[in-house]
Amino acid sequence: MRYLPLLLCLAAPLAAADSYLLRGGTVHPVSSPPLENASVLIQDGKIAEIGQRVSAPRNARVIDVRGLHVYPGMIDSASQLGLLEISSVRETVDVSEIGDFNPQLRAAIAVNPASEHIPVTRVNGITSAIVLPAGGIISGQAALMRLDGWTWEEMELRRSAALHLRFPVIQMASSEAGRGSGRASFAEAKKRHDAELLKLADFFEQARRYQRAKAAATPDFKTNLTLEAMLPVLDGKLPVLITAVRERAVREALLFAGKQKIRIILAQVREPGKQLEEIKARNIPVILGPTLALPLEEDDPYDSAFTLPAELHRAGIRFAFGSFSTSFARNLPYQAAAAVAYGLPHEEGLKALTLNAASIWGVEKEVGSIEKGKWADLVVTDGDPLEIRTNVKHLFIRGKSVGVESRHTKLYEKYLSRP
Amino acid sequence: MPASRIIGGYTIQDGKIVEAGEKVLVPPGARTIDAAGQYVIPGIIDCHSHLAADSINEGSVSVSSMVHIEDVLNPDDIAIYRALAGGVTSALILHGSANTIGGNCTTIKMRWGKDARGLVFAGAKPALKLAAGENPKRRGVPSTPGTEPRYPATRMGIEDVLRQAFTEAKLYRAAWRDYEARAAQGARLLPPRRDLKLEPLVEVLEGQRLVHAHCYRSDEILMFLRAAEELGFKIDVLVHALEGYRVAKEIAAHGASATTFSDWWAYKVEAFDAIPYNAALLMRRGVLVSLNSDSDELIRRLNTEAAKAMKYGNLTEDEALALVTINPAKQLAVDHRVGSIEPGKDADLVIYDKHPLSNFAKVQKVFIDGELYFDRERDLAERAEREARKKALLEKARERQKKAAPARRPS
Repeated sequence: MRYLPLLLCLAAPLAAADSYLLRGGTVHPVSSPPLENASVLIQDGKIAEIGQRVSAPRNARVIDVRGLHVYPGMIDSASQLGLLEISSVRETVDVSEIGDFNPQLRAAIAVNPASEHIPVTRVNGITSAIVLPAGGIISGQAALMRLDGWTWEEMELRRSAALHLRFPVIQMASSEAGRGSGRASFAEAKKRHDAELLKLADFFEQARRYQRAKAAATPDFKTNLTLEAMLPVLDGKLPVLITAVRERAVREALLFAGKQKIRIILAQVREPGKQLEEIKARNIPVILGPTLALPLEEDDPYDSAFTLPAELHRAGIRFAFGSFSTSFARNLPYQAAAAVAYGLPHEEGLKALTLNAASIWGVEKEVGSIEKGKWADLVVTDGDPLEIRTNVKHLFIRGKSVGVESRHTKLYEKYLSRP
Repeated sequence: MPASRIIGGYTIQDGKIVEAGEKVLVPPGARTIDAAGQYVIPGIIDCHSHLAADSINEGSVSVSSMVHIEDVLNPDDIAIYRALAGGVTSALILHGSANTIGGNCTTIKMRWGKDARGLVFAGAKPALKLAAGENPKRRGVPSTPGTEPRYPATRMGIEDVLRQAFTEAKLYRAAWRDYEARAAQGARLLPPRRDLKLEPLVEVLEGQRLVHAHCYRSDEILMFLRAAEELGFKIDVLVHALEGYRVAKEIAAHGASATTFSDWWAYKVEAFDAIPYNAALLMRRGVLVSLNSDSDELIRRLNTEAAKAMKYGNLTEDEALALVTINPAKQLAVDHRVGSIEPGKDADLVIYDKHPLSNFAKVQKVFIDGELYFDRERDLAERAEREARKKALLEKARERQKKAAPARRPS
């Protein structure tokens, strides 16, 4: 304890050195209308000041952003960043564990902070991402990670952001590992689906018994890590991210969540159908799967995936976008852009990538907009981040300038200079 | 050299562009389509697609140059309509990359509603698919137990398969030449036995068939170039060529072109050094480049894939658009017919509501040979009717099922 004041003395100049003033740009706070010719002061990793008259403290580095735009960093609301390097190389893939019920698994601790995908993704303005495990029925705990840090620990925004539940579906053609392969008849597929639903309900029942036994502190109570991991869900502290694509799965997921009285977020909904009203009525947020996707059915309108976000917006449903990818995570803003082309208001597209995503993940007081006191996760661009042609000029994560280099820019520079 | 941008109009007659300019002469009886405030570009061309192909790989042998995509075109593939809705008017439909020498590919136009023959781009030069790298050697080390390994299992073996096959083709060509020369002198001989596998290779040697060579790594690319030079043919198009940027100089010297992805990477080891700057780096070294989809999803937005080459490598708008229009037209040797808006060329045109390199642009109308094949307004207007028709059909099927059900019950 005696050394603490000394440590603080050492820390203070370091923090001051990481102070920046972004001067004279168009600031898009997202939480409020854009400000022309405005500046943002970054201090101690946080946004210290925003406005047209912000003066630079003596040791702040001034970055001229005239003619440029300052946006909050974008959030990929579903990715496999850090869990997967090369999809065809088993040794580099840590997405799906064996077994149907693994609520105890934590994606955060398996995130490779040195993954090449992290800088490749962030240089397009994505500063944090949900990392989603995706095996079995309950896949594990998704983490919200900053896309910068020496270790996974330093990357953590939320070690446990949600429990991922892949809702059982009637699947006739299946090539997924552990779920059988080849084509099953409808009757067989239905039987398997019903059995999985029973198993799921039974698993929640076991968790509740465990919860009661623990509360009762009976002498024969033994810790069970698997069921222990369910307690935050049963207590309503941890949301369950339920992947449900088609109307039937969405309907069954909503029924299940109601019965279990759990807080949920729906993921990868493609066909909400009549469940739209129910989703709205219960104020359930949705993480949209890639908008840049083919229609589910041959006879669906060709633009069905593009128009879905606008449909959700009109219904008053909160939503965010997920890349559900690693190597394509950098294209996250273009998922929103496609939705904007097909009817989603532009500002809603931007919000879904920033503030709305932050609020769905419960971190709206920390990130997602440019507001005083929030972490300085900032992107400086030469245009609209929803447009492909726009370039990211500067990038800050927690107030640190992380640069706009990646494996790709380095290879580019190297081969640009090949004689 | 056509102007890069004209504010004005076009006239189309008998499927061809007659005039393009600020002021055009409107012939009597012509229908006028008002595209004020909108953007017209030449139909997008995809140099690498598998849509409408009912089968892709004849994987049983390493040399399958006897098979033809034209034999397996399915005109009912909905991917055709969806590609149209993304502004694509032509594409080369290829075999997969399971074998060193794949098969004979076909250029089509997205004439949705026509039969299989109606899709074919008549007069387009035929093409042969070759492949190197991970895919063609996969069967050499089978993942399914009990499967007999198929040669080759290494990149060395791939080069060998290629050289063996073309050496055989040269002998075959020599046999025919010899026969023809002697027959011309009046000798009465039996002609050599026709070999349907070698004939396309002879066409390649004669420069009558284009070569599309699937490759990723720079060593594979160089292998293709050198093997072709040794065997006496040209690699017309390096397909994917994700590491093309490492050997851009060598590619340019051979005279090969390249068709690549905008930003795909890391899905396999040989794609780990892929960079989105590939197209720009190749182009700056004088290589003709196009961006392809290889995907029924991506084919619908090649316009914004082109925009990525502006982000990654600072291409101009014209250079970017060329990546999906005139450049692939040149690669498919159909640039005298399509790929730009010029009098005398096929009237394959796309109308967008916003600048086609913007993410916010939507295709409004697509013309092929002057005929309207996609119309967003019409598509939207017909949705309710299509939905009603589907409902009626489902109802009918349900009725039929109900009627049939009692008979199936055991008595």
